[in-house]
Amino acid sequence: MAGSKTRHSVLPGFRPTMAFTLMYLGLVVLIPLAMLALHAVRMSWTEFAQTFTAPRTLAAYRLTLGGALIASCVNAVFGLLIAWVLVRYRFPGRRLLDTLVDLPFALPTAVAGIALTAIYAPTGLIGGWLARLGIQAAYSPLGIVIAMAFVSLPFVIRTTQPVLEDIDREVEEAAATLGASRFRTFTRVIFPAILPAVLAGFAMAFARAVGEYGSVVFISGNMPGRTEIVPLLIMTRLEEYDETGATAVALVLLVLSFAMLFIINLLQLWARRSTAA
Amino acid sequence: MTTLSIQPDLTPVTSRSAVAPPSPVLRWTLIIVAVGFLGITLILPLAIVFVSALEQGWHTALAALTHADARAAMRLTALIVVIAVPINVVFGVAAAWAIAKFEFRGKSVLVTLIDLPFSVSPVIAGMVFVLLFGARGAFGPWLGAHGIRIIFAWPGIALATMFVTLPFVARELIPLMQAQGHEDEEAAVSLGASGWQTFVRVTLPNIKWGLAYGTILCTARALGEFGAVSVVSGHIRGETNTLPLHVEILYNEYQFAAAFSVAGLLVGIALLTIIAKAAVQWRLQVNARASASLIEGEMTERVEWASK
Amino acid sequence: MKLRLVMVMVLAAVGTLTLNQARAEEPIVILNVSYDPTRELYQEFNEAFARHWLAESGQAITVRQSHAGAGKQARAVIEGLEADVVTLNVAYDLDAMHMHGDLIPADWQKRLPHNSCPYTSTIVFLVRQGNPKNIHDWGDLVRKDVAVITPNPKSSGGARWNYLAAWAFAADRFGGDEARVLEFMRALFANVPVLDTGARGSTNTFVQRRIGDVFLAWENEALLVTERLKPGEFEIVVPSMSILAEPPVTVVDKVVDKRGTRAVATAYLDFLYGETGQRIIAKHYYRPQSEDVAREFADRYPDVKLITVDAVFGGWQSAHAKHFAEGGTFDQIFAR
Repeated sequence: MAGSKTRHSVLPGFRPTMAFTLMYLGLVVLIPLAMLALHAVRMSWTEFAQTFTAPRTLAAYRLTLGGALIASCVNAVFGLLIAWVLVRYRFPGRRLLDTLVDLPFALPTAVAGIALTAIYAPTGLIGGWLARLGIQAAYSPLGIVIAMAFVSLPFVIRTTQPVLEDIDREVEEAAATLGASRFRTFTRVIFPAILPAVLAGFAMAFARAVGEYGSVVFISGNMPGRTEIVPLLIMTRLEEYDETGATAVALVLLVLSFAMLFIINLLQLWARRSTAA
Repeated sequence: MTTLSIQPDLTPVTSRSAVAPPSPVLRWTLIIVAVGFLGITLILPLAIVFVSALEQGWHTALAALTHADARAAMRLTALIVVIAVPINVVFGVAAAWAIAKFEFRGKSVLVTLIDLPFSVSPVIAGMVFVLLFGARGAFGPWLGAHGIRIIFAWPGIALATMFVTLPFVARELIPLMQAQGHEDEEAAVSLGASGWQTFVRVTLPNIKWGLAYGTILCTARALGEFGAVSVVSGHIRGETNTLPLHVEILYNEYQFAAAFSVAGLLVGIALLTIIAKAAVQWRLQVNARASASLIEGEMTERVEWASK
Repeated sequence: MKLRLVMVMVLAAVGTLTLNQARAEEPIVILNVSYDPTRELYQEFNEAFARHWLAESGQAITVRQSHAGAGKQARAVIEGLEADVVTLNVAYDLDAMHMHGDLIPADWQKRLPHNSCPYTSTIVFLVRQGNPKNIHDWGDLVRKDVAVITPNPKSSGGARWNYLAAWAFAADRFGGDEARVLEFMRALFANVPVLDTGARGSTNTFVQRRIGDVFLAWENEALLVTERLKPGEFEIVVPSMSILAEPPVTVVDKVVDKRGTRAVATAYLDFLYGETGQRIIAKHYYRPQSEDVAREFADRYPDVKLITVDAVFGGWQSAHAKHFAEGGTFDQIFAR
């Protein structure tokens, strides 16, 4: 470390840029987030445990994590498929689709919420059709999964695409000439190569889905214990003047985000290493 | 998070068509499934927004967009973008410079902290500012005594937006500047250029497209943030409503056509954003291809460093 | 270069903003923080008041509005949202403004006539045209085939009135046997598919998205739907008994003293009690306090036996503590 430091120290500007980075990060992110911890410290352990193990809190966590898990699994499968199609095949409208993939990222979540509700409510285009099959989409856990899947759609596609483009076609060709079936080539050659990227995208999609609020509140039934997600529970607790409760729930979600981020970073490191190898 | 990082995309497009495509049946099945899925998940919601907006004719849609409250929401949203985006651009450049060009302890912790706002729920992002600056918050009484309003006024909305959009530019520039190394800058400095000159003449031309790309993403998010802003806004019509909040208000007033008209405006901006992004991405790919060999060497070095 | 440009832009932005702020201060602006379904009422009332105030004092005035679920609004005011007047829908939320932050005095409710409630309303059932599920009274709401729409009592004041009315009905029916009352409430909420945070969200769910068979609605909201929004698609069912909903209003002392707007804020609320105000209130389907105006619109309001929170629940403080506080009966309903 020390050796490398002297090697780079010819360049100026380390101190001011670092100082600004730390100051801004501290003011905008770290101090505000520290407030959460500070509020939580005022709670005793039993109080904290009580808030956290209340059936309503646990149900919200189950729903949020479960919904996010299903949504990101759906996105992992379809994301991989879409990435594959966009990278490997040429068809009219491909560039347009490729561009549109980023839409959930650029679209305000409230707009996504009202648009999805309009489609999946029993009066809507798809919702009406599902209702005839006896499936309720909007205002049920299914609606929450739909909204979560929408907002986290681009992640798997965007992490997998570059890796797919990078895979050496020659390796595939070699596998094919050696007599490997197309399926075998995919499972033995391509899949291992893109797996880290898919997992990284999956983890990001999961993290995004867990925290999502704007689109979900419109399409969810918001029933405590049934269709109430964790961010909404935090909001409700705040509105009940129950800051401690809100803080306890929020802190656990924050720790969870941190853990996810850690996993994502590890996965990306792995992904980078395996592409480089 | 390198979701939107373009770095590894270095293969020339032509090489893809080298191998004969697989069986047409499989190929077209996959294409149809992919297009169908994207059609239902992406294009249908877009269509619904525009169809609902025009349900009562152009006139209603136009009236909704030119209403005084809508214009106030546009002004506020524009103001928030003008505050949050430049400061996050400056932050992104500064952070990327410090992280990419120098070695120091705790670098990976710093990178993780910069990533943090990505995965924090927007509701928490708004809530922490209430805990800080609300009347009962840590600084609330002091601010109240000095007549400074942060929460339920534009500064609070700006802060919440800054929090949410903080990582975008930095996360775009850090891998890019790491990949480009520091030899060019070192050469410039040894030839007597000042730090500022080095940055403007040497670094900036190399990162300008990445910078543009991060800025576009940051702008899109700043325009559309709902959860965090909703917590700190106070929902005062014509004063603290941003465009996404205005959509919610109209929706709750049974003015569906109007709500979808304003939503349509936001969709239009979102579409422009992703088109701009695609254009910038294309430029980046062209640039990357030009210096592909150089970066590839750099990548291996970086991975080696990272694995230590 | 770019950096410097950015700095200049930021400074310019902040500069124009401060100027804007300064310019905006010239005509008096007051803020009315209200609950969800009063949007149309105050839109018209604010214009009338602005005309009245201009004629009276020669001052131009703008009244800004903020609407959301009542609980959310009360909390925002406590956290520092500078409301000159609040027009919410349960007294408890105003008591909270006294308890947390001392924004108003403890006896705020005695400052204006009729317990500071310039209008009242009640809770009725809104059903689809022809009443296909044959719903007539609170007892029908626990039937297995009925889906009920109500907002969340934790965040919506209107929903608290719904809840208390249903409770009072069950308490009456079961002779006060609390276990059975709780069972009734549990069965009722088992029929609720969507619990929106505010009354407006619920109206959208029921009217626009066609979810549910019956909507426990404010009378004014139900009339708005049947008379203006969707005539001929819905009808109102009046249950055997309901609750007298008393939405209170008050001047927020701490804010008006700081901003120097006490005179105009007080006049604003007085105007609500005046004849013009009462007429606008009646026009938007609330029940006016003025007997003259009430007589004029009498045919609009169904005759229904109304209980009061004070008589049946011993006031809002005890009603809230028993039913809506953490661990109260509402939480018990969802506790398993």
